[in-house]
Formats: sequence, C-alpha cells, structure tokens
Amino acid sequence: MLDTKKDFPLLKRKISGKDLVYLDSAATSQKPVQVIEAVKEYYENRNANVARSVHKLGEEATEAYENARKAVAKLINANSEKEIIFVRNATEAINLVAYSYFLPIAPSGGKIISTVMEHHSNIVPWQFINSHGMELEFLGIKKDFTLDTENLGRILSPETKLVTVTHASNVLGTVNDPKEISGMAHDNGSLVMLDAAQSVPHMQVDVQDTGCDFMAFSGHKMLGPTGTGILYAKEEHLESMEPFMYGGDMIKEVSLEGTTFNGIPWKFEAGTPNIAGAVGLHAAIDYLEKIGLEKIRRHEAELTEHALDEFSRLGGVEIYGPKNADKRGCVISFNVKGVHPHDVASLLDREGVAIRSGHACAQPLMKRLGVGAVARASGYLYNGKSDFDALVEGLKKVKRVFGV
Amino acid sequence: MLDMYAEEILERYKDPVNKGSIKNTAAEAHETNPLCGDSLDIYLKIEGGKISGAKFNGFGCAISQAAADILLDTVKGKNVKDVKMLSKGSFLSALGVSLSPARLKCALLSWHALMMALERAG
Ligand SMILES: Cc1ncc(COP(=O)(O)O)c(C=O)c1O
Repeated sequence: MLDTKKDFPLLKRKISGKDLVYLDSAATSQKPVQVIEAVKEYYENRNANVARSVHKLGEEATEAYENARKAVAKLINANSEKEIIFVRNATEAINLVAYSYFLPIAPSGGKIISTVMEHHSNIVPWQFINSHGMELEFLGIKKDFTLDTENLGRILSPETKLVTVTHASNVLGTVNDPKEISGMAHDNGSLVMLDAAQSVPHMQVDVQDTGCDFMAFSGHKMLGPTGTGILYAKEEHLESMEPFMYGGDMIKEVSLEGTTFNGIPWKFEAGTPNIAGAVGLHAAIDYLEKIGLEKIRRHEAELTEHALDEFSRLGGVEIYGPKNADKRGCVISFNVKGVHPHDVASLLDREGVAIRSGHACAQPLMKRLGVGAVARASGYLYNGKSDFDALVEGLKKVKRVFGV
Repeated sequence: MLDMYAEEILERYKDPVNKGSIKNTAAEAHETNPLCGDSLDIYLKIEGGKISGAKFNGFGCAISQAAADILLDTVKGKNVKDVKMLSKGSFLSALGVSLSPARLKCALLSWHALMMALERAG
C-alpha cells in the first residue's frame, strides 16, 4: 500500500475535533505540498503573461505553460502537444467539442449516442446539440451496473456521428472498456468522445490505446489546482474545428476587416489562460508519475476490495456498482436502508468523515437505479484502509442513531 | 437549540403524525430539492378561511420530513391570512434546530411547499 498522506497538508486538519477522513476525491482531490509549492514558486519568481511579451519573465511564463502542455501530452501518450487544449474543467472540454465540432453540423442532422451512466456534463451539452437538430440516444446499463455494450451494436447507425461515454463512472465506479466502444464506433464511421474525469487521475490512460477522438478530464481531480481542465483531440479534428471563443491569443492577425486564427492548440485558448494552474498541474503530473499510475490503480483496488468487504459485513447497506474490484474504481455509492444519504453524510461529518451525498450530478442514473439520491465515498492514493474503517465505524453510529 | 438528530426530530421522522394525503383538497403543492432528490407534497383543507386539515407526503432526510410534520402541526386551525405571514425566519426559530447552511434548504422545503399551496388557494 502507498503511504502518501504526509504530502497533503490539508489532510492534517481536524473536523469536529476529529482527524479528517477525506473520502470525496471524486468531487475534487486534495493537493500535495509539491503542487502548492509549485504554484507559489511560479507567482513568486516567474509570473507574467504568456505568448505576448519579449521580456525574460514573459519567456519563462510561456515556457512553464507550454511545458505543462507537454507533460499532459506525455501522460496520456498524445501524438503531439498540439492535441492538448487547456480549459477550466472537464465540463468546458466537453462543451468545446459540442460547440466547435457539433454545433456547426447539427442542423444537417445525424445522431449522438451517450449513456445513462453519464455525469450531467456529458448529457446536457448534447441536449443542447440535440436542440439544434441532431438526434440524441442513450445507451443503458445492465443488472451488474456495467454498460450495455451489446445494445450499442444495435443502436449504432450510419447516422451516428458521435458516441460519447464515461471511462469511469463517478457514481457506480464502473470502468468501461473504451477500446471495445471505439472499435465498434469507428467500424461504424462514428467518432468517440471519452469522459475521462474519473479515470486519468487513477489509472494509466493511453489515448492511442483507447482509440478515442476526443477526451475530457479535470486537473483538479488529479491533484492539480482548481480551474484546470484538459481537452485532448486528434489533430485532424482540431484543424477542422471552429474556434470556441474569440479574442486575444487565439488569433494570428487581426484587422478591422477580418481575422486569421492562430494555429492549434492556441486557436482554442482565447484570452490569458490559467498559467499558474497549468504550472500546478504539471507538478501534479510529475507527482503522479513518480509514484506510478499502475501503483495508484493497485492501491485503490486494494482499498476498494477492503471497503466492499467491510460494507458487506456491516449489513443493511445497499451498494450501487460492480462487486469486482478489478472492474471498478474506488468510487462507492451506497444507501443505508431507512436513512436518507444526507443524514448519513451529516452524521459522518460529525466524525470527521467527508463523503458526498445527493444525486452526484447524475440524475438520469439515479432514476435508472430507482433512488432519489445516494451516499458516495471515493478514495485516492492518499487514503488508507483505516479511512474506510473510520467510515464503517461512522456508519455503525448512523445505524444506531436511526435504530436501523 | 436542538441538535439536528435530537430524539424529537428522529421521532417525527420515524412516526410523523401529519403524513398522508387529503382527497379533494383546497390546495396542494409539490416542492423538490434538486440537490438531494427530496420531494414533498402538501395538502390543505380550508374551511371558513382557516386551515382545517393539513397533510404531507414525500421522501427526504430526517430534517426535511420532521420539519414538515412540525410545520403542519403549527398551522392547523390557524387563519390562512396569518399563516401566509409566517416568515422563513420565524418558522426556523420555532423549529429550534441548529442547522448548517447546507441543511437549511432541507428544513425549508415544507415551508416553500406550504406557501405555494396557500398561494394557489387564493
Ligand atoms: C465523470 C465526470 N465527468 C465530468 C465531471 C465534471 O468535471 P468538472 O466539474 O471538473 O467539469 C465529473 C466531476 O464532477 C465527473 O465525475
């Protein structure tokens, strides 16, 4: 098991007089001192605007920003750093694809396939495209909480322009097989978008291997600063896409009569970007790579197995997700029978245990599961088995308070 | 101030006295809290300008359900006009439970539904 808690200053906090047990990393991760220091160092020594100034600081800031882009490209094995667009979060990355690729072609029809397992951020932008003329259809899930990929073959049609799927579910923990999905979609002549917000932070993701055309993820869920998100897209698509926003930095030449746009990736990054955020994200990637994503994945699988074991021993807890730790991430959604998830989370908070409760930005999935809301505990590299033990102890208390 | 999980609150949650529905109501309203997936229906019977019956139905956390139960206790038999004047603040202080900002919405779900029902009753 990994032992990295010491690197995370916030995890030393006390909540309600108890040691904080942070089990909400699926919402956002905590940051190691290496990331916090990198951002501080940047502001103290190198802060300037990028790609504008010839002075030394401007040069250093530009270099720092572009180095972060290279680090992202290497992390996911993109062909070139030109394929990496910095945005604010995964949601913006998905919107960029919706606006720049699909909105212009939407009036001529076609179909987009998403799934019921998606975060709202991979549903709502497509409903927007749907309102401009493209059809939208959703792939279901099976009893074992995995995607109904058999049915994908049936609903793919010559009309299908895009299949957009989460790599790892932020509710069920299910890890989908992007290779299988890309294979089927590409055979059909459809593009593939992967929502990798819950996978890139937790496992090695190689865009060549997954075969996706577009991939969105969030820097803040992978130890990086908030306000950092990434869109990966194949160069050929970026070249053909319309800009997303218009203004400074995304241009090559402007006259009052018209403008020629900058090349990729800058064509998609209008205005001053989140430079310090990119620097922090770079430090986060260095940190993750130093430990090794394979090791992180194994660590989390052990945590998941332990947690699922303890939950089943506890009894009276319903779990929504695959039972096999190899096939899922360390995101465990559950309900304590007879207790609303908000009450579960509020009582756990008194024990210093932080979990998510609610619909987890996946209302269609809640409906499919037949629940109004869930409690969700999610672990990361800095969690240990003792954190899940604290959760289980807290749940025993919840059951005592409610007499269930 | 009562603790959110005080015995009184939990009792109300487990054994609400005003849970149910009323047929041919004078007014009813449905309110949801999208953040937690809670939903609540309120049914009112109004006679001679007075609330002669009040019931709620729905599901939600302990505080949303207990608050609904307590709220309906306090409005039964009262003049519609007076109940319409019941502010959020005075309802919360009558409830007397200490609530974090995130849980205020839960406690106020029934108040919103009640006000909407009264609005509809005219
Ligand atoms: C699967 C999934 N997709 C997308 C998002 C959206 O991420 P962000 O809020 O950073 O845009 C999240 C996280 O909230 C997520 O879990």
